[in-house]
Amino acid sequence: MSQVVDAPVPVEVEFRPAPPLDMSRAVKLGLSGGVAMVLVCAIGMVATFQPRMLIDPILPMGTFFLYMLAFIFGWMAGQPPATLEGFEPAKAGGRNLQAGALAGLLGGLCVGLLLIAMTTWDLRGVFINLSPELVEILTFGLPVAAAIPVIAAISAVAGALGSAIHLLPNRLRRALLPALLWVLVFSLFTDIFGQLFAGLRMEFLIDLLYTGRGGALTIVGAVIVFAVFFALYWWMGGRENTLRQRVKAIPKDKRSRWQIGAALIILVVLYFLPKIMGPFVSQILVTAGIYLLMALGLNIVVGYAGLLDLGYVAFFAVGAYTTAILTSPQSPMFTPQISVLASIPFVMIAAAVAGILVATPVIRMRGDYLAIVTLGFGEIARILLNSEWLAPIFGGAQGITNIPDLKIGPLIFSTPQDYFYPVFLFVLIAAYVTYAVQNSRWGRAWMAMREDESVAEAMGVNIVTAKLSAFVVGAMLASFGGTLFAAQIGSVFPHTFDIVVSITVLVIIIVGGMGSVPGVVLGAIVLIVLPNLLREFSEYQFLFYGVLLIVMMLKRPEGFIPSKRRAQELHSEELSQDAWLEIYGEKGLPEQVPEGGMA
Amino acid sequence: MPLLEIDGLNKAFGGLRAINGLDIHVDEGEVVSVIGPNGAGKTTFFNLVTGMETPDEGSIVFDGQHVVGLRPNQILQLGMARTFQNVRLFPAMTVLENVMVGQHSRTKAGLVGAIFKTRSQRREEAEIEERAKEVLSFFGTRLAGYRHDQLSMVLSYANRRRLEIARAMATGPRLLLLDEPTAGMNPRETIELTELIGRLRSERGYTIVLIEHDMQVVRNVSDRVVVLDHGVKLVEGTYDEVSTNEKVIEAYLGRPAELGA
Repeated sequence: MSQVVDAPVPVEVEFRPAPPLDMSRAVKLGLSGGVAMVLVCAIGMVATFQPRMLIDPILPMGTFFLYMLAFIFGWMAGQPPATLEGFEPAKAGGRNLQAGALAGLLGGLCVGLLLIAMTTWDLRGVFINLSPELVEILTFGLPVAAAIPVIAAISAVAGALGSAIHLLPNRLRRALLPALLWVLVFSLFTDIFGQLFAGLRMEFLIDLLYTGRGGALTIVGAVIVFAVFFALYWWMGGRENTLRQRVKAIPKDKRSRWQIGAALIILVVLYFLPKIMGPFVSQILVTAGIYLLMALGLNIVVGYAGLLDLGYVAFFAVGAYTTAILTSPQSPMFTPQISVLASIPFVMIAAAVAGILVATPVIRMRGDYLAIVTLGFGEIARILLNSEWLAPIFGGAQGITNIPDLKIGPLIFSTPQDYFYPVFLFVLIAAYVTYAVQNSRWGRAWMAMREDESVAEAMGVNIVTAKLSAFVVGAMLASFGGTLFAAQIGSVFPHTFDIVVSITVLVIIIVGGMGSVPGVVLGAIVLIVLPNLLREFSEYQFLFYGVLLIVMMLKRPEGFIPSKRRAQELHSEELSQDAWLEIYGEKGLPEQVPEGGMA
Repeated sequence: MPLLEIDGLNKAFGGLRAINGLDIHVDEGEVVSVIGPNGAGKTTFFNLVTGMETPDEGSIVFDGQHVVGLRPNQILQLGMARTFQNVRLFPAMTVLENVMVGQHSRTKAGLVGAIFKTRSQRREEAEIEERAKEVLSFFGTRLAGYRHDQLSMVLSYANRRRLEIARAMATGPRLLLLDEPTAGMNPRETIELTELIGRLRSERGYTIVLIEHDMQVVRNVSDRVVVLDHGVKLVEGTYDEVSTNEKVIEAYLGRPAELGA
């Protein structure tokens, strides 16, 4: 600049235009999508899902699931790249649509290749699921040669639709996507909605939306659901900020009153929930609650104290077996036959002893070593329970049966609906303990130990006590889960206490968000409730876990609802950028600012 | 009787004699600097004194009590706290929490108290927080206000060093062991820290042992300087005595011109 510089001259930054969308990325994504589509065919998901109608009679679940993949990969391929420093933000346009369509097309062609392979050779010797039924589903009854262009075209359209999401204005997108998601929810969980509407004495809604109780969503129903939710989200889209401001504007002393009110409403809803939802859903909720109880306990051990315990199921087993031995008349060794409620103090003692037993040998161990040793403990517990040697105490493979129901005074808990309440009560207690301990002397000591064990010790933390106490607290919470489980099922068998339980609990806290109570709750819902509600899915539960874990680790390593601390830890370098975005946002510019938690 | 008395301390790592027959004493209220070339055994000396490593031989007596064989947390409780050469904070904890952890051994609330929020637990928790803030206020505005709730990992390098000192102060020590407190600081921060070390003694009454490479700092703060080389005490004396000692110049400083600067 030629002028004499006295006052600071505003720096003019020249932005270069954003680079065009990378088509080779679309090709790669398309081929990955193709592999995924072929895979879901080959493992039988498509054929398993097909009998289920999502929208009667046009959309069977298998076909939907297959082309949903094309949609997702098209969405990924059409995503504008992140804005780089010195570049203008990339605007989504026709090229994005092309990329999405290309990715979808490639995916469809992969399925076409699969079709050719299936009809040319007999692959069923290796891939048992590549059945004639699958051919029938994939070709829509057309001859193979005619079907391939159709498949490719549908995939390309699905991919293009996926990428079209990026072209929509924010408000429209924020109404459209949740509305579509709700249609999916209504069509997937027909049993639940049937039960819900029947329980609420609103059977007319079943007739309106579904082909019958537990039947599929009708076209009219789908349109109604879509319209209602679209209108709702569209309306909210314009008012979200004002609503938030209004909540913020409530003075603090009044806000706590609102919070109490909200808590009361939640409690009332929870009180009626099992009554409305019936035994099937209640059973799932009870199972999820027991897992949640364990997850909250493990959250203290792993999330707070940083002690990776892979044998957590052992503590669950301790609770279940202690209750079983003390209460059941079938207990092989001695039969005090006390009530389930009276067994709880003994369960606590047994859990504390088990916690100390596990913790003592691992006092001087860290990280991976500790994980392996605890893994061993979990297996030892199961093998001991199963062994002939200890069968006179634990009943061996026959387990212990005839465990009485939980009784509190005149209340007898026998159905899943009944058990919902004690399980929920224990979950509340566990959540409270988690919060109470977090900002306490030992909570801080645990975190310090997690961060740096030797420094924590040099700063005065007694590592032995810290480790023992973390294990004992975790063990107690898991053992309560065991007690409730034993009382509800009425029997305990060693094979229930499998390593899979430990892994599931760990996955719950990883997916939900380590160290965060709402995260753990959501994790339990996603990992236990959903797969159990979707019976078609149960066969593929672990595939679902695996995919979910991989996606989480890539996209959101801190979990769905992370604790504030952990989010900061994993994204420290992004914090400064967020601060910039906030300033930018206050000037009212940011239509381009990426939104946070889009579903 | 000296506050810290070390006799015939030996420590070998395999064939390497890191500390070889070391005798050191520190009197109450003194500031003693330990200097020496890299690998002289300075940090090992700190590790041995604070119980993070166990000596092969020798005795360490703090305030009339033998500390060899005690766990680091027990030694800390006697009144010795340290900082680390390569700053070791609790990164995912806030500034305030880091200092609050320091008070762990001086407080006694248990888990049951935390769960039932007993009155004594709440009172103690409030005291811990108050004391932590008081300690942080020693550093002026550097670690004040909004910084309390920042994660320690986002602090600047100099602030991390300050926070480490704060955490050590919060443990309620009589003797502070500072391992290269000015390493990686700019000249201005170094001057500030030199003043701070002076204030640690004059205002708080700590006895201080300090490992330091910056000779300006050593000259300005130390009553006495101990020179280590190959795990052996080479010389001991005032800064001037040591800085002119030929053995020291030979072993460590190389060129005397650097020393006098």
